[in-house]
Amino acid sequence: MSADVELDHVTIRFGDFTAVDDANLRIEEGEFFSFLGPSGCGKTTILRAVSGFLDPTEGEVRIGGRNMRGIGPNKRPTALIFQNLALFPLMSVADNIAFGLEVRGISKFERRKRADELLNLIALPEQAEKLVTALSGGQRQRVAIARALAVEPEVLLLDEPLSALDLKLRQHMRTELRAIQRRVGITFIYITHDQGEALTMSDRIAVMSQGIIQQVGDGSAIYNDPATAFVASFVGENNPFHGHVTDADDQRAVIDTKFGRLQGRNHQGLSAGDKAILFVRPEALSLANGAAADGNTIESVVVNQEFEGQFVKVYLAGEGPKPIGLSMTNDGSASLPEVGETVRVGFDPERATMLPVGELADE
Amino acid sequence: MNSKNVMRLMVGFYIVLFFGYLFGPLIMMGAAAFNESPFPQVSPWEGFTMKWFGQLAQDEQMIEGITNSLVIGVGVVSLSVPISLAAAIMIGQIYERVRPYYYVIVVSPVLTPGVILGISTLVFWDRLGVLAEAEYESIFYDGMFLTIVGQSTFISAYCMLVFMARLQRFDRTQEEAALDLGATHVQVFWKILVPFLRPAIFSAAVLAFLTSFENYNTTVFTIQAESTLTTVLAGKVRMGTQPDLSALAVIIITITLIGAVTYEIVRRREMAREEAAREEAMRADQQIDKTITAKPLAASA
Amino acid sequence: MSDFIVLFLAVLLALLIKPFAEKHAQAIWSGISSIHFVQRNGVVLSAYLIFSVLAWAIFMIILPQLYMVDFSFRHNLPFNEVGGPGDTWTLDNYQYLLFGREGDTEAMNWLHLKVFFKTILVSALVTLFDLAICYPIAYYMGQVAVGGKARLMFLCLLIPFWVNEILRAFAFRILFGTSGVINSVLIGTGVIDEGIDFLRADVGLYAGLSYAYILLMIFPLYNAIESLDHNQVEAARDLGSPWWRIHLRVVVPHAKPGIASGSTMVFMLTAGALAAPQILGGPSSLWFTQIIYDWFFTGLNWPQGSAYAFVLLATCIVFVMTIMRIFNVRFGEIAK
Repeated sequence: MSADVELDHVTIRFGDFTAVDDANLRIEEGEFFSFLGPSGCGKTTILRAVSGFLDPTEGEVRIGGRNMRGIGPNKRPTALIFQNLALFPLMSVADNIAFGLEVRGISKFERRKRADELLNLIALPEQAEKLVTALSGGQRQRVAIARALAVEPEVLLLDEPLSALDLKLRQHMRTELRAIQRRVGITFIYITHDQGEALTMSDRIAVMSQGIIQQVGDGSAIYNDPATAFVASFVGENNPFHGHVTDADDQRAVIDTKFGRLQGRNHQGLSAGDKAILFVRPEALSLANGAAADGNTIESVVVNQEFEGQFVKVYLAGEGPKPIGLSMTNDGSASLPEVGETVRVGFDPERATMLPVGELADE
Repeated sequence: MNSKNVMRLMVGFYIVLFFGYLFGPLIMMGAAAFNESPFPQVSPWEGFTMKWFGQLAQDEQMIEGITNSLVIGVGVVSLSVPISLAAAIMIGQIYERVRPYYYVIVVSPVLTPGVILGISTLVFWDRLGVLAEAEYESIFYDGMFLTIVGQSTFISAYCMLVFMARLQRFDRTQEEAALDLGATHVQVFWKILVPFLRPAIFSAAVLAFLTSFENYNTTVFTIQAESTLTTVLAGKVRMGTQPDLSALAVIIITITLIGAVTYEIVRRREMAREEAAREEAMRADQQIDKTITAKPLAASA
Repeated sequence: MSDFIVLFLAVLLALLIKPFAEKHAQAIWSGISSIHFVQRNGVVLSAYLIFSVLAWAIFMIILPQLYMVDFSFRHNLPFNEVGGPGDTWTLDNYQYLLFGREGDTEAMNWLHLKVFFKTILVSALVTLFDLAICYPIAYYMGQVAVGGKARLMFLCLLIPFWVNEILRAFAFRILFGTSGVINSVLIGTGVIDEGIDFLRADVGLYAGLSYAYILLMIFPLYNAIESLDHNQVEAARDLGSPWWRIHLRVVVPHAKPGIASGSTMVFMLTAGALAAPQILGGPSSLWFTQIIYDWFFTGLNWPQGSAYAFVLLATCIVFVMTIMRIFNVRFGEIAK
């Protein structure tokens, strides 16, 4: 069985510090939902409020429509996979998996049967009697998943469970987690600071910063149509151009920057005179040949070049110390500019986003 | 090079000297247990005998003292292990601001002379007894009870230090994981915390028992009309001595030696087991690397 | 009889509280379970934790000490006068330690004061002596010896530690007695003609005291030195530092908490020793604890004994604080 999770005006404070500020959202049944944000943004606090290790200072957490206030973690229909996995090192793999059943007083025979089923699910059928300390990182990861699934939770919570693994294993486990979620069909709430994980696995993502939910949407919405300057700069690479809006309607706006007037989409209702930032992705920028210039161009000096195989990254002197990044496909068609050369680059206004000034994520 | 050898020789000599100082007196005492002479001495050597061991076994006073010491030891273990466990858990949970004061209070018995702990226990229960107008036979004046309480005062502090050392390595998320999986707080305590602390509980119990068994300074004030091994021994030594005391020392040293060797063997075995598990984990790590590159996971198929 | 009254009152109280408790049980219950501590541990465990810690701290540590101090300011009254009009506070017991009885020939109670100062002085010297002889061994075990060898030495150290204090003192009596091993050797080799009474000269006592608590010096020292990264010593040596300077500037500063801890333990245990002085002390020499013991069991003057005990306790507290000041360590580092 699966359940939806609602955060209704949830605010969580520790003394004077506000960890989560008025979070409002609804996670659907059977959804793979991620909270994405840098460390300290409040995402783990939300997870702990859902799992029952703390109650919100204000507001309600509802699971399956039921208010969870005052209900301890051992009484909630959730299971949590910890960042460090928190497997019980003194118990065998089977005992770990069956722990949730053991404390519910389920018979030894039943427990063992269920543990074996789950071991099959996670493809570790012959490891039941091993100590968990004798397992590899990836195997431990799977045991932690099986242990959480054994109690048949309606919502599975995952707190950066892949962060301890090496790169190759991490990428492998992404596919695996998504596959397991499809098979068991319950709601997954996933916490991560790794945008790659969030973008590849999730149905929807909530981007958080400083206790505030910045944007909720699916991967492409978050990447292509960020709602705040933080989201634009945190998810993927982005080139910011600061300035004042000189002209705006409800589709487009023009901003006066250090590089002249530039145009972009205006989805956030900016009007003339507002301070704003125009974000242009490296892959939206291209070398503009003098003739094709339609005004939406930047002229600057090439300061660096990085060869990445499939792509070539070209860096131009930016408005501040950070250079402007430009990503070119290495298809052999265009000749690459030399370092020191002055070039003009242009972009389609539909692929540039104008946003009100706000906090930027530092790389 | 030469001066280095001289240095090494001196260090070796010093170590021999130090351990000589440590063991010499004990060896002499042990040897006296087998000397025929009616006084506990090594020279003159009057011939080998085992009779002092036999005499020891017939010494009723001594037997009674040992019996009482055993009873007190068990009492101290069953009082101080739970107390010290609670105190050690408490240290991690108490308000940050109160913690230093709490710590000073619960550790202070370690730094208080044993005679003072004995005296204060004696006086306190005596005054309580007066307040309650208790009979002389009541618990307030019972030597065994007072001794158990008095010894537990500081033995609990020792044991608490043992638990604290172990708890420092405890990963609290395990408790949270167990709670999250539906365990009650009591189940978490028994199924997660206690198994983790089991070696420490064992060490604390052994420490408590041995410390209690050999305690004199506190006991001598609290024991009243009863006697323990140490008070019997002290009485005997002061009265003028016989080699049966040496015989007792030989027995105690032998038991200690056996204990130490057993402990070392158990420890080595445990270390070997942990090492084996670590190695297996490393092998498994390399294994999974191969399977990932070779084929996709069965579960997702 | 009185036990019965107490029990009766307790039952009565419980019956009185019961209706109230039942009426408000829900409120009380939710009040209790909303406390963070209770939320974290559950009701049963919270009760165990709080009950054990309070019982220990209050009824075994704090109250007994307070009662002892209180008792030291009281007159030595017969059993039936306790709580009567004569049961007032007094400074007599402390005055006696300083000045003796009124009408004594001497102005000060030199007999006891001398014993007190001798106890403190000798304890301090014993502490220094133990520190001096343990430091090289602790250094060797912690930095020079490797793995199995260090553990073997450690085990060897443990064995004498578990031999009873009284038997340890007894061993020194065998060594230093008039017909003891040392005298026999000395006579046998012709150094002396007649046995020397080491015990009367307190030699046996000092040797025995130094021996008795030596392990409580070596363990903290070893723990502290063992945690020093040997590369630091190597680096100092590499920089051309002579061995004594390495110790002074690198090892000793690192071992400070261990030195403080060991010194405190040895001083406290030596000053508070009772068995060794009783067994090894000469007939005319006394240790301060022996006077306390006599007040309790020979003089039957408990308040007087409590006053002396409190003086001893205060001395130990002063010593601990001095050590903390000198070595600039926190209390938590000493008691580890």
